Amino acid sequence: MKTLTYIFTILFLSVSFVSCSDDDDNTPVEVNPVEGLAMLYKVEAADHTVQFYSEKQNLEVGYNEIYIRIKDLAGNTYVSDAAPSWMPMMHMETMEHSAPHTSLNNTEESSVYKGHIVFQMPSNETEYWDLTLNYTLKGEAKQEVLRVTVAQPADGLKKTSVFTGSDDVRYILAYVNPKEPKVAVNDMQAVLYKMENMMSFPVVENYTITVDPRMPGMGNHGSPNNEDLVYMPSSKLYNGKLSLTMTGYWKINLKLLNANGEVLKGEDVTEANPESSLYFELEF
Amino acid sequence: MKAFISVFPVKGMRMGCVLGVVLGGILTSHVNAQEYPADSLKLINLNEVIVISTAKQLDHQKQRKPLSTLDEFLESSRSIKMVKRGAYAWEPIMNDMASERLAITIDGMQIFGACTDKMDPITSYVDVSNLSEAQIGSGQQGAAFGNTIGGGINLKLDKSNFKSTGWTGSLESAFESNNAMRVFGGELNYSDKQFYLNTDAIYRKADNYSAGGDEEVQFSQFEKYNFSVNAGYKLAEDKSVAATLIYDEAKDVGYPALTMDVSLARAVIGSVSFNQDTLFGNLSNWESKLYYNTIKHTMDDTKRPDVPIHMDMPGWSETAGFYSQANFNSAQNHFLFKMDGFYNKSYAEMTMYPNNSNEPLMFMLTWPDVRTKDVGFYAEDHIQFKKASLKLSTRLAYHSNTVADDFGLNSLKIFYPEMQKTNTRFLKSFSVQYHDMWKDFHFNTGVSYGERAPSVSEGYGFYLFNSFDNHDYIGDPGLNTESSTDVNLSVTFKKPIFEIAATANYFHIYNYIIGVVDSSLSTMTIGAEGVKIYTNLAYAQLFNTSLSGRYNISNAFKWTGQISYHRGIDNDGENLPLISPVSYRSAIDFYKNQFSASLSVDGAGEQTNYNAAYGETKTAAYATLSASFGKRFFVNENDLFVKAGIENLLDTKYSSYTDWNNIPRMGRNFYLTISYSIN
Ligand SMILES: [Cu+2]
Ligand SMILES: [Cu+2]
Repeated sequence: MKTLTYIFTILFLSVSFVSCSDDDDNTPVEVNPVEGLAMLYKVEAADHTVQFYSEKQNLEVGYNEIYIRIKDLAGNTYVSDAAPSWMPMMHMETMEHSAPHTSLNNTEESSVYKGHIVFQMPSNETEYWDLTLNYTLKGEAKQEVLRVTVAQPADGLKKTSVFTGSDDVRYILAYVNPKEPKVAVNDMQAVLYKMENMMSFPVVENYTITVDPRMPGMGNHGSPNNEDLVYMPSSKLYNGKLSLTMTGYWKINLKLLNANGEVLKGEDVTEANPESSLYFELEF
Repeated sequence: MKAFISVFPVKGMRMGCVLGVVLGGILTSHVNAQEYPADSLKLINLNEVIVISTAKQLDHQKQRKPLSTLDEFLESSRSIKMVKRGAYAWEPIMNDMASERLAITIDGMQIFGACTDKMDPITSYVDVSNLSEAQIGSGQQGAAFGNTIGGGINLKLDKSNFKSTGWTGSLESAFESNNAMRVFGGELNYSDKQFYLNTDAIYRKADNYSAGGDEEVQFSQFEKYNFSVNAGYKLAEDKSVAATLIYDEAKDVGYPALTMDVSLARAVIGSVSFNQDTLFGNLSNWESKLYYNTIKHTMDDTKRPDVPIHMDMPGWSETAGFYSQANFNSAQNHFLFKMDGFYNKSYAEMTMYPNNSNEPLMFMLTWPDVRTKDVGFYAEDHIQFKKASLKLSTRLAYHSNTVADDFGLNSLKIFYPEMQKTNTRFLKSFSVQYHDMWKDFHFNTGVSYGERAPSVSEGYGFYLFNSFDNHDYIGDPGLNTESSTDVNLSVTFKKPIFEIAATANYFHIYNYIIGVVDSSLSTMTIGAEGVKIYTNLAYAQLFNTSLSGRYNISNAFKWTGQISYHRGIDNDGENLPLISPVSYRSAIDFYKNQFSASLSVDGAGEQTNYNAAYGETKTAAYATLSASFGKRFFVNENDLFVKAGIENLLDTKYSSYTDWNNIPRMGRNFYLTISYSIN
């Protein structure tokens, strides 16, 4: 009988396959509001400092999310009512122009302001970008001008396109998300601006951007279930789906269609035409 | 070692007939039923048992080619055909159904291949040298081995079973001219009433073979080792424990019909079991086993010229399981009860190396770490009447699949955004078999119902390239359970010198799973024609029939023959792939004074019912001729056995419908085997 019990125990154990639960209880903890961000610039004034943060290690051509904090040195506190605004400017040898950008807004952590700028070109020895920041501190209007360096993306991949559409309008299209692409259906986001003049870049609303990811290294195969990017008024971003069936180098072929469905830029990918003239590049 | 096709595993012909000739075809070479001791009489009534070796006396004269590969042994079966992708690791097909519709076990252990391209059927992880027999059950007759639609095959390991034989051993070697295959093997066994130990080792190495007309088939080489140990110990008169360990490794295996070869296919298979003669007084032959096996499979294209893109495709499969079974006998009823379960982990990946080395590697999971749990209960009752008998059986199983890897789950969600991580099914099987005798006629008939879950590839495969129809395949986790109703009928007329049998079966399979083209999808594999998604067809129909006979011309001469016909269509009346055309086999065997000889012909008609949508082309008719000669000598009480033969005597260049992409089969081949056994 003893052996019996033993055998049954083993059998029982093997039947009741252990199923572990992976759910972790995420108890909320105090988080540093700029945790994970890199401080790119720090402007030192007499009684306060202005800090510029980004997810990247430097400003790059393309879409840059920038976080700003103003520290009141007297109270050693971060100011949440500074109502900052900004203006990026490129100083070229023969002319000056700005770049598409949003206003600066308080984030969930009210002392951190956030906005984005899409730089169209890098700075160099003789041509540079600066950022004029206006804000108030204890009721007093302040202004700082900060010269910044804008580099080409280190990975050399194209994530920004400045082009003239078939409607003779100059557009700036920049890749926003996914920042870390996965083999999955990714949420994709991009921003689209048009250039009214050197200083004004309004957001383009209600256009459509078609998405056709391809792997040129593998016979230019595509992927299923992508969704075109459409305009979201709430975020002022274009949202869609990008499906990537494997890791590697992908060319995201795009076409820009206006509200009437007319193609302003880009072509279909066909056997004869392996890529669109409007595209982003991805590697992961 | 010996191999002949015995029709029944059970004692005596009368019992044997019960369900014996239900399926398949022929009463081949030697109707030589195994004498099983009454107490180990297993009520698994099989349609066919291929005896590969017997633990006691070598009986080589009964076997046409003693040291052939297991693949060749299985191919000699009347109910099994083999799909060939090269010279090694053929995939068994039964009733026109392959791996995913069959339950294939080794000594009752569930083992699952680790290759997404089916380059490693379970049968490739053992060798004839450590097997005693292959037990074959058609349709739900195979349900004792697991959930199945087409049937079950159990490869039984060779064991001494506490016979007082002391030390025995043997050495064996073989050579084949066509591919220069060298085989070296040996075994050393000890057995007494208390304890036994069996050890076995075999090594095979083959170069490329040549098709008929002396045309070399590139990448058809292989090399393989197999070691096995099994031991048993008697705890008491009615209790014993046993353990087995098999290590099998194949290297440098070419697959000429595919775009990749295999640099390593390795299996480690182990089990411990406990046996007790009686349990609670009423149950007998109580046997319980715990087992574990792990398989690694590495596909390799580094030796292939001009690959468009180099890739690594390793795969792993791990299975742990158990079963416990016992018999219960009363005057009329013979019951078998079995509880079994397994847990399998299947994982396979693919890394591609871009031609532009600045680009990152391309990676995906082709099997997303699928964890399969299965717990089943099987019962059968064999009811004996005066001249007739009835067998009822059922299997009920709980089956679940979980995608454990998030990378893989997200990959599949590209296609199936709503898919769940876990998919659970309840699988059922029922079968009734009836046997009756009238004078020299035996009638067998049966009706069954069975279900199976989709395989890992069918449910979760991610861009699996099939070189047969040149499509990438994608699984569907939401596939319905496939189910089948089948009927079978056989009539045998039997006299001592003469025997003829006609058999037929019909399967009506609901929710038949097969790849269907989705033209909206983009291929992944360079050069592939399109993408197929595994889909349930409303139904498919399969019909198999055969006629076979035996005639003892004299004491020394015996003639056997078999002809079979198969048909398979889907719900639109289109042909299903890999359905055999008319095929036949016939042989004359001679045996006298320890000398044996045989002459056999094997052939098939033109494959008219093929389907181009599945990559099939019309396979031409063929016939091949083979002959063998053997002599047994006695040297100091020991046995020396020498056998030589010629296969494909006329050096015909041919391929059969099961030859992947119609790669030609071996041309003329001479073989020589020598075995020396020390008793
Ligand atoms: Cu790819
Ligand atoms: Cu493989």
